[in-house]
Amino acid sequence: MSTYDRSMALTGQPPVTLSRNQKMATLLGMFGLAIVLLAAFNVNFPNKALWLSISLLSIGAGTIWFSWDAYMHKHPGIKNDGVWFKSISSQGFWGWIAGIALTGFYIILYFYPEYLGLVAKGDNTGVIGLFDPLSRALSGNPASQWFVYGTLYTVAILAFGIKFLWKYRHNRYERIRTFSVMFFQTAFAFIIPELMARLNGSSVLNGGSLPYYDLKNMWPLNYYNFEGYRIKGFLSSGDIGFAMLIFGIATIFVISPILTYRFGKRWYCSWVCGCGGLAETAGDSFRQLSDKTLKAWKIERWVVHSVVVFVTLMTTAVIYSYLGNDTSKYWLTKSSFLIGVAVLLTAVFAGVMIFKKDEFKKDAKYGAIGYFIVIMALIGFHFFSGDGNVFLFKSETLRKSYSFLIGSIFSGVIGTGFYPIFGNRVWCRFGCPMAAILGFQQRLFSRFRITTNGGQCISCGNCSTYCEMGIDVRAYAQKGENIVRSSCVGCGICSAVCPRGVLKLENGPLQGRIDSNQVLLGNDVDLMKLVNQK
Amino acid sequence: MENIVIIGNGIAGVSAARHIRKLSNKRIIIISAETDYFFSRTALMYVYMGHMKFEHIQPYEDWFWEKNGIELVRGYVTQVDTDNKQLLVDTSRAFHYDRLIIATGSKPNKFGWPGQDLHGVQGLYSKQDLDLLEVNAPNKEVCKRAVIVGGGLIGIELAEMLRSRDIPVTFLVRESSFWNGVLPDGESQMINEHIKEHHIDLRLSTNLKEIIPDENGRVKSVVIRETGEELECDLVGLTAGVTPNVSFLKDSGIELGRGVKVNRFLETNVKDVYAIGDCAEQHEAIGNRRPIEAVWYTGRMMGETVAQTICGNRIEYKPGHWFNSAKFLDIEYQTYGWVFGKKGMQDYEKQFHWRHPEDNVCVTVAFHKDTKLFLGINTFGIRMRHEIFDRWLTEGRDVDYVMEHLADANFDPEFYKQYEQEIVTKYNADYGISLKAKKKSIKRIFQFN
Repeated sequence: MSTYDRSMALTGQPPVTLSRNQKMATLLGMFGLAIVLLAAFNVNFPNKALWLSISLLSIGAGTIWFSWDAYMHKHPGIKNDGVWFKSISSQGFWGWIAGIALTGFYIILYFYPEYLGLVAKGDNTGVIGLFDPLSRALSGNPASQWFVYGTLYTVAILAFGIKFLWKYRHNRYERIRTFSVMFFQTAFAFIIPELMARLNGSSVLNGGSLPYYDLKNMWPLNYYNFEGYRIKGFLSSGDIGFAMLIFGIATIFVISPILTYRFGKRWYCSWVCGCGGLAETAGDSFRQLSDKTLKAWKIERWVVHSVVVFVTLMTTAVIYSYLGNDTSKYWLTKSSFLIGVAVLLTAVFAGVMIFKKDEFKKDAKYGAIGYFIVIMALIGFHFFSGDGNVFLFKSETLRKSYSFLIGSIFSGVIGTGFYPIFGNRVWCRFGCPMAAILGFQQRLFSRFRITTNGGQCISCGNCSTYCEMGIDVRAYAQKGENIVRSSCVGCGICSAVCPRGVLKLENGPLQGRIDSNQVLLGNDVDLMKLVNQK
Repeated sequence: MENIVIIGNGIAGVSAARHIRKLSNKRIIIISAETDYFFSRTALMYVYMGHMKFEHIQPYEDWFWEKNGIELVRGYVTQVDTDNKQLLVDTSRAFHYDRLIIATGSKPNKFGWPGQDLHGVQGLYSKQDLDLLEVNAPNKEVCKRAVIVGGGLIGIELAEMLRSRDIPVTFLVRESSFWNGVLPDGESQMINEHIKEHHIDLRLSTNLKEIIPDENGRVKSVVIRETGEELECDLVGLTAGVTPNVSFLKDSGIELGRGVKVNRFLETNVKDVYAIGDCAEQHEAIGNRRPIEAVWYTGRMMGETVAQTICGNRIEYKPGHWFNSAKFLDIEYQTYGWVFGKKGMQDYEKQFHWRHPEDNVCVTVAFHKDTKLFLGINTFGIRMRHEIFDRWLTEGRDVDYVMEHLADANFDPEFYKQYEQEIVTKYNADYGISLKAKKKSIKRIFQFN
C-alpha cells in the first residue's frame, strides 16, 4: 500500500469521544443491566414487579438518552462520522467484548436455561423469576427463558428503533420502515401471542389450546410450525385454530409470493420480520462489518440454499412421520403427502426452467442439484421409511438436529451473538431459509429493483460498505446496472448513504429490470448505441 | 501483441484499461506513482471522516487486475521518449509501448502565495495528501484551527472533513458568494447559509495575502489581504482549483498547453500517444464545456472512448448532455443540462428559481427566453432521474412540459415529501400562467405500454 500506514487510533478525540450526557446514559443503562445480572446470581429482589420495571426502564432510557445526545444536536443527514474509528463498530476491543458477551448469553439461553433460574416444577428463581410478574400480567403464566428473551428483544427493538428514527430523521422511508418493525415486534411477536395464551381452554377455542404462534412468523423461518403437537393444538381449537393453520399455510404459499412480487422481499425482511427488526435497530451499528468479497458471496449461496434443502426435507419427514396410511381415516396420508410435495417442487422447478431460463442460466445447474436431492430423498422416504423414522434415523432426530444446528446455533448464537464481528445480518444472509425462498422469488418474479441513476455513480463505496447483506452495490452502480439481488432485504441504506443520489429502491415493470450497460448514460449517443446493443 | 501503457490509475486510465480488455487481448500496463490499486478519489474524504477505511474506496478486489490481465506497476514516470516509444520509470526502469495513454490527472493550484510551501500547508487531491492531513490535522489538539483557501468543491469537502473532528475552520472564499462562478445566486446563497449552520467561519470576498511561518518552518498564521487581519492556524488547506499534472512531459515533444493538447479523438500531436481525463486539454472546447474538464464522469467517458479508438474503431470524444453532482455538507446537488451562474449566463438564458421556505431544498430551471426550450436544471435537496432529463434534453422539450412532468423525474426515496405542486405554483405565479403538475407515471418513466 502507501509508503507508510499510520495508526488511526484517535482515543479521546472527536468524533469518537463520549459526551458527559452519553457517559451518564451509559451508566443508567448499565445499572438496568446490573439488576438483571444480580438477579442472575440469585439476588432475591423483594418487589419483583418494581425492580423489573426499574431495570427495563433504565435500559431503555439509557439507550434513548445516549442516542438523543448523539443525534439531536446535529443537522439531519448521514451520521457515519468515526464509525471506523470506534472500537465497538470496527471489530475493535469493545466489539469483541460485546460479541463474546452476546454469544455467552445465547449459549446460556438456549442450552442452560436453569442458570437463568428456570425451574420446571415450582417457582422460577433468578432472572426468569424476576420476569414472572410481567408474564403473569400478560398471559397468566409464569415466565420462561423465552419470555425473558422476548421481553429483552422487544425492549432492544424499541429503544434502538428510537435511536434509528433519530439517526435517519431526514429519511421518511427509513422512518416508516422502522415504525413498522417496532409495531410488528411489539404487537405480533410479543403481546398478541401472550394474550392468546389466555384463551387456552376457553369455550372460544372449544376448550382446545393453541400453540404459541407469532402470526407474522412463517414457515420455514418458523420451521416447527407444522410439527405434530402444533397441528394437534390448531385442530383442537375450533374454527379459530383451523383458521390459524390455514393462515400458516397461506402465508408461505399465497400471501408471501404476492407481496414479494409487488414489493420485493423487503416487505418481510426489513418491514415485518423480527430477526430483521433486531438487525435493523440494535444491529444498525454493525452493518458495515459484513463481508463484501466475491468469496463470501459464493459461500453465502451454498450455505443458505443448503439450509433450504435441509428444512424442506426435515419438515417433510416430520409431517410424514405423523401421517397415517389409511385413506378412510384422513384424506392426507403418507404417500399422498409425498406425492403432493414432489408435484409442488416439480411445478416450481419446471416453471423456472420454462419461463426464466435466461435469467436462471448460470444457476440452473445448482438449482437442478438441489431439486434432484430433494426428489431422491422423497422417493427414499417412500421406500425405506416406516412409522416414526425416515431411512435409518428417527424423524425426531432430523428435527432435533435442525433445531439445534440451525434454529439455535446459527440463528441465535452466531446470527445475533456475532453482530459486532460479522455484521448484523449473518443469519439472514447465510442461514435463513425464509430469506432464501423470498430471495429466489425476488430475483426471478418481482417488480422490485434498486435503480441506478444513469451515469451518476462515483464509485465511492458508501453503498457497498453500509450494505448489511454484503452486496457489492457499487459493482452494479458503477456499471449503470440496476441491483437485482436475491439477498437484498430492501433496507434502503445504500440509497440513503449515497452522496450523489444514484440509488432508488422502487417497484417497476419487469421488462428491462436488469439493465447492464457497457458505456454509461451521458456519453456519446452513437457510442452507447454501438456498445450497448443487446 | 500490442503493448498499451497507461500512465495513471485513476478513473480515466482504469476505464480505458477495462474497456480495452473487453475489446481485445492486448497487453495492458498501468503505471502509477500514487497507489498500488485504483481507488475512488472523490471518496478520500470519507476515509478521514471514518465512514470508510481506505480499502473500501477501492472499487475492485485486489485479484481483479491479474484475473483480467491488467499489469500494475508502481513508480513515477520520469521520461517519455516518443521517438523510441519508451518510458523511464523512476529514472531507471524502461518500458516499451506501442500506444501510450496519458491519464495523470491534476495537482492542486498554487498561485505563488508567500509561504505556500511551508509545513502544514497542503492541498487535498491525492492519497499522499490524505496521509499528510492525518499528520497535519489528526485532531483538534494538534490542529487548533485550520484555514481553507478557495471556495470550490474540494474546499467545502475539506471543511466538512475537519469539522467531523471538531477542528475550527475558517473558510476564505474569493468570490462574493460560495461557488457563484458556477451556481446561480439563490443556490449559492443557500449554501452560504448552510456552511454557517455547520459552524464554519465563512469569509466571503476574502483573499489570502501570505502564510507566516514559525521558527521551525511550520505555518503559524495567515494574513488576509483585504483587512490585514492575522489568523493563527496549524493547517492551511489550498483548494483553489486544480491544474493538469503534466510537467513530467515538458521535454517529450508532446504538445502541452495547460494540459496535454488533444484533438477530438483524444490524440496528441505525437502518433500513438493519447491523453484522457483531467490532464487532457481540448484544442477547442466542446459546446459549453471547458477545454479541460476535471470531473469524474468525463474522465470515465474519455476512457470509454479512447478504448474504442485503440481497438480499431476510431471514434470522436462526443460527450452527451452535461450532468454533474456533488454534496455540500448535508445538501445533495445534481445538475442536468446547462444552468449558469451570473458570470457565465448566456444572453438567451432565463432562469426560474424556487426555494423551500424552511428546508434546504431549491431548484433552478434554465430555459431559452424566446423559444422556451428547456436548457437545464439544478436541484438541491431533491434527487432527479438522469435518464428522464437526458431524454427531455434530447427530445428538445420546452420548459412548460418539464414543469408539468417534474414528478416523473423525481428520484428521491419512496415516501419522501414531494415538492412539484409548490414548484409549479411558483412557476405559474412568476409567469402568469396556469400549468398543472401531472402525477408521476410509471408508464412514462419506464416507457412501456
